[in-house]
Parts: sequence; C-alpha cells; structure tokens
Amino acid sequence: MSFITDRKRVDGLGSSHSGVGHWMSQRVTSIALIPLSLMFLFPFIRVLGADHAVILQTYAHPYHALVAVMFFIVLSMHLQQGLQVVIEDYIHGHRKRIGLLIANKLFWGGVAVIAAFAIAKIAFSA
Amino acid sequence: MVELTLPKNSRMVTGKTWPKPANTKNLRKFSIYRWNPDDGKNPQVDTYFVDMDSCGPMVLDALIKIKNEIDPTLTFRRSCREGICGSCAMNIDGINTLACIYGMDEIKGDVKIYPLPHMPVVKDLIPDLTNFYAQHASIMPWLETKTNRPAKEWKQSIEDRKKLDGLYECVMCASCSTSCPSYWWNSDRYLGPAALLHAYRWIIDSRDEATGERLDQLDDPFKLYRCHTIMNCTNTCPKGLNPAKSIAEIKKMMVQRAV
Repeated sequence: MSFITDRKRVDGLGSSHSGVGHWMSQRVTSIALIPLSLMFLFPFIRVLGADHAVILQTYAHPYHALVAVMFFIVLSMHLQQGLQVVIEDYIHGHRKRIGLLIANKLFWGGVAVIAAFAIAKIAFSA
Repeated sequence: MVELTLPKNSRMVTGKTWPKPANTKNLRKFSIYRWNPDDGKNPQVDTYFVDMDSCGPMVLDALIKIKNEIDPTLTFRRSCREGICGSCAMNIDGINTLACIYGMDEIKGDVKIYPLPHMPVVKDLIPDLTNFYAQHASIMPWLETKTNRPAKEWKQSIEDRKKLDGLYECVMCASCSTSCPSYWWNSDRYLGPAALLHAYRWIIDSRDEATGERLDQLDDPFKLYRCHTIMNCTNTCPKGLNPAKSIAEIKKMMVQRAV
C-alpha cells in the first residue's frame, strides 16, 4: 500500500536521457543494409550451388570477404536493436526484461562473431 | 504486458434488451457497453432501440435520448455537444471519437458504443483518465521563460504563431492515446500521442525558453520512443490533428541536437 500521487507515478524515476542513440543507430543500420544486402546477396546467389572450391575462391577475394563480414555485423546489430524494441514493448517485469535484453545482445553478438570468424577463416586459408 | 484476452471479471456478456418504443417506424438498434462497479457483475452489452424520426443526427443525441426516455442509469460524460470540450470521447463503431460530432449517418448497421479501449472503467462509458491527465501535466503545459518578463507581453510573429496551428486545437479527449497499441501495453511509462503533441506544442513555441529541458525530459526509451509510427492516433483524432507528425518532429529535434 502506498499513497503516491498520479503525478509521481507518471514521472517515475525521470528521463533516462538516452533513447536517441538507439533510435539513430536503428535508422543508420537499416539504411546501410540496403546497399550491403545487395552487395552481399548478388554474388552469394551467383555462387549458390557451385562447387566448394568456387565458393572458397569467391570469399577468399578481399572485396567479397569484407562485404560479407560487414553485412553480417550490420545485420546482427540491426536485428539486435529491432528485437530489443520488441522486448521493451511486450515484456514487463524488470528482471525478465533485463535477462532477455542481455540474452538478445549475446545472441546477436555471437552470430556476428561466428560469421566474421567463418569468413575470415575462408579468406585467410584459401 | 500484452493482454490478448480480457481478465475474467472484464469479459463481456449479453445484457438486457430494452423494449422498443411504441408507435415508431424508423428504429435503430444500439449496442452499448454497461458496467456498474457496485453490482459485482461482469460488464454487459445492452440493446436499445431509438426512434430516429425524433432523434438528433449525432451519436450523442441518441445517447441523451436513451438516458432521457429509456434508461436513466446509462452513464456517460458530455458537456459542450460541439466537439470543443472533449468529454464525450468513446469507441463508436470501432473508432475512438467524440459522440457529439460523430454523425449516425456515418455508421452502417447497428450502432456499437464502448468506452475508450484499454482504460480502467469508472462506470458504463466513463474511463478513468487520471493517468492520462497526469501525463499531460508532466510535460509542463505552460510557457516557461527565463528572460525577465517584458513590460507588456511576450511577442510572437505571425509566422511563429502559425507553427502552433494543428496543435493548440487538441481538446484532450484521449481518443488518440487510447487508440495506440504502444500506449495500451506501456501507458505506465509511455506518455502517449496526446501528451507528446502538447509537449511539441510548447517545444516549438517561439516564446518558450525551456526547449532543451523539454527535450531532455522526453529523451527516454519509454517516454517518447515507444512510438513506432503506427499512426492510429492520426487516423482516429476527431479534430483531424496529426499527433504522429508532432512525435516525428520531436524525434527529428532529438537527432538535430545530437549530431
């Protein structure tokens, strides 16, 4: 039981003075993904189903390797930011939300690191 | 938290069908949400029949006729009957709007009337707007100045005054905020389109000197950034205003001062 006023409830702990960074980053990554997706997907579709050696040779080229690494890093960032919004929207309860937000960051961070490592391995071993 | 189903004690049941008025030809059926906090029952939807030949054209006319002639216990807010007080906001035919300026000719078939969505109900068509009003108060809806008060008045050019058009007309009826899914799920932390439109009204007022503080207060993942440009607010506003645009402008100013 607590006799707090409506105004105190609305003000809560005040503004966190953050939010614009996340909002801008979401827009920047989505715009960056337009050219990056095209640059990644066209060569990817071209070699899809080709011999293993051809694919290795393609991604051994610095241009394709760098585009692929950038694509997966930016894509992971964007998906992480998007899912963060979904979690903040729908998951209430401070502990549950923080847990899911951390899991979300770790998952997409992991995806980016694994993708970058895989492509680096191809690029440096071919 | 998202609520996809209503709590048990909020589930609606079919209510009473009130008798048709005698010696009438032009009857229209009204399905109206009823809930009484004192009887311990679930909310119910009552059916009324209104003689349209002796009724005014607006939904509020029919509600007043029902209250006067059929069922005096039907409870709703109303005052100005001309769309300027914002009291009679309710969900009519699936749209949040003002009963006094919503014509019954705009509705096909039966007229369904419910309180504003996802708000605590006080009784029948009356939602509890306490939180909504407190949110409005929290954005400091007044002129904040630091310069010494001028001898006569704070001057404003005609061009600067024009920037307030489309903002000052808001009557705080809560139609927009209660149509917003983000507000449904997070109204405890998200300020909602109405409060944010009012915030913008003061942010762009050429006389106001607290622009930075106002933006500081809104720079928050919940207070402002729960808006995902769903646009229900703009679609539903009975005054034809555009709260979504105001929110977008605030977001643009946030970027402007950050980069």
